[in-house]
Amino acid sequence: MKPALGEIWVYLSTTPLLGLTLTLLAYQGALWLYRRANHHPLLNPVMVAVTVLVLVLSFTGTPYQTYFDGAQFVHFLLGPATVALAIPLYAQWERLKGMLLPLLVTLVAGSLTAALSAVGIAALLGASRESVMSMAPKSVTMPIAMGVAERLGGLPSLTAVLVMSTGILGAVGARYVYRLLRIEDHAVRGFAIGIASHGIGTARAFQVSEQAGAFAALAMGLNGLLTALMLPWILPWLESLLH
Amino acid sequence: MIGALTVLLVFQLIGEAFARGLDLPIPGPVIGMGLMFAVLVMRGGPGGDLRSTATGILQHLSLLFIPAGTGVMLHFQRLADEWLPLTVALIASTLLSIGVSALLLHLLSRRTPHGEDRS
Repeated sequence: MKPALGEIWVYLSTTPLLGLTLTLLAYQGALWLYRRANHHPLLNPVMVAVTVLVLVLSFTGTPYQTYFDGAQFVHFLLGPATVALAIPLYAQWERLKGMLLPLLVTLVAGSLTAALSAVGIAALLGASRESVMSMAPKSVTMPIAMGVAERLGGLPSLTAVLVMSTGILGAVGARYVYRLLRIEDHAVRGFAIGIASHGIGTARAFQVSEQAGAFAALAMGLNGLLTALMLPWILPWLESLLH
Repeated sequence: MIGALTVLLVFQLIGEAFARGLDLPIPGPVIGMGLMFAVLVMRGGPGGDLRSTATGILQHLSLLFIPAGTGVMLHFQRLADEWLPLTVALIASTLLSIGVSALLLHLLSRRTPHGEDRS
């Protein structure tokens, strides 16, 4: 007896295979589109793939958790990929050594700007406390940001969304900022996008050049460290000043 | 490739062990990256296998953010309620921090000669 299409769907939708395959298909499709459109910033592959997946999951009534059971195999690779960032970083070591002090000063200023401007603007415009706290670590790489948000009393899964949006915004918008400010050095461009837009910005920087990518990776790693150490005591202190 | 992947996972594992054991606020993979970097500096660079595997993974870094990003669907209600403060804060803060960082680093590193090949 041939099983009905509905039954096949019921079976497939509960196995990890479907979530995993959908993720890869959405990515391949988004990448194809991005290349066809000559790397148009508004067709950022992460944004396109996420949009497609949300539409597919919504239309088929698939819960996010079911999808994630499969997609987690891709998600897991974030760990080894973070470790792998040491390799392009090493390739830039000679250049890095010569500009350590400017890099560190920039890191602290950029990191504070990213966190405090986000918190300030969101709070001023009337966002809830939970949202504001989820917003604070938005410029930091996702695993760190989620941990920091939890410490601050935010919602880690909301932080994941804000982190992703920040990454896409940076990847899309950085070139306009650089054009406006006439910044051409790939090291400077990479470092700035790494501070503001973590891994998605870094992924974008690697598309530009290996040097930009390496500096972005460095900025992302350092900003992750700094934010994890700094925000959990700066924000409660600021809050106590305001009340 | 499998050898290189094993090396990456071992460093991640050591990083996780450090983070848990010493109760550090920094995630394990970031510590793993630091350790890997230190080893590369001591050994004078990665082998060919490790280098090509790392390059391969990093070229598709975007892919790895898709599963977590799709989690946006869990927050549609909140995003609908608070879209204005969240959107304005995200856009303004992201562009501002890129601008501040780029400008500052540009000014601070000006004293050394400019260009791609400074080393």
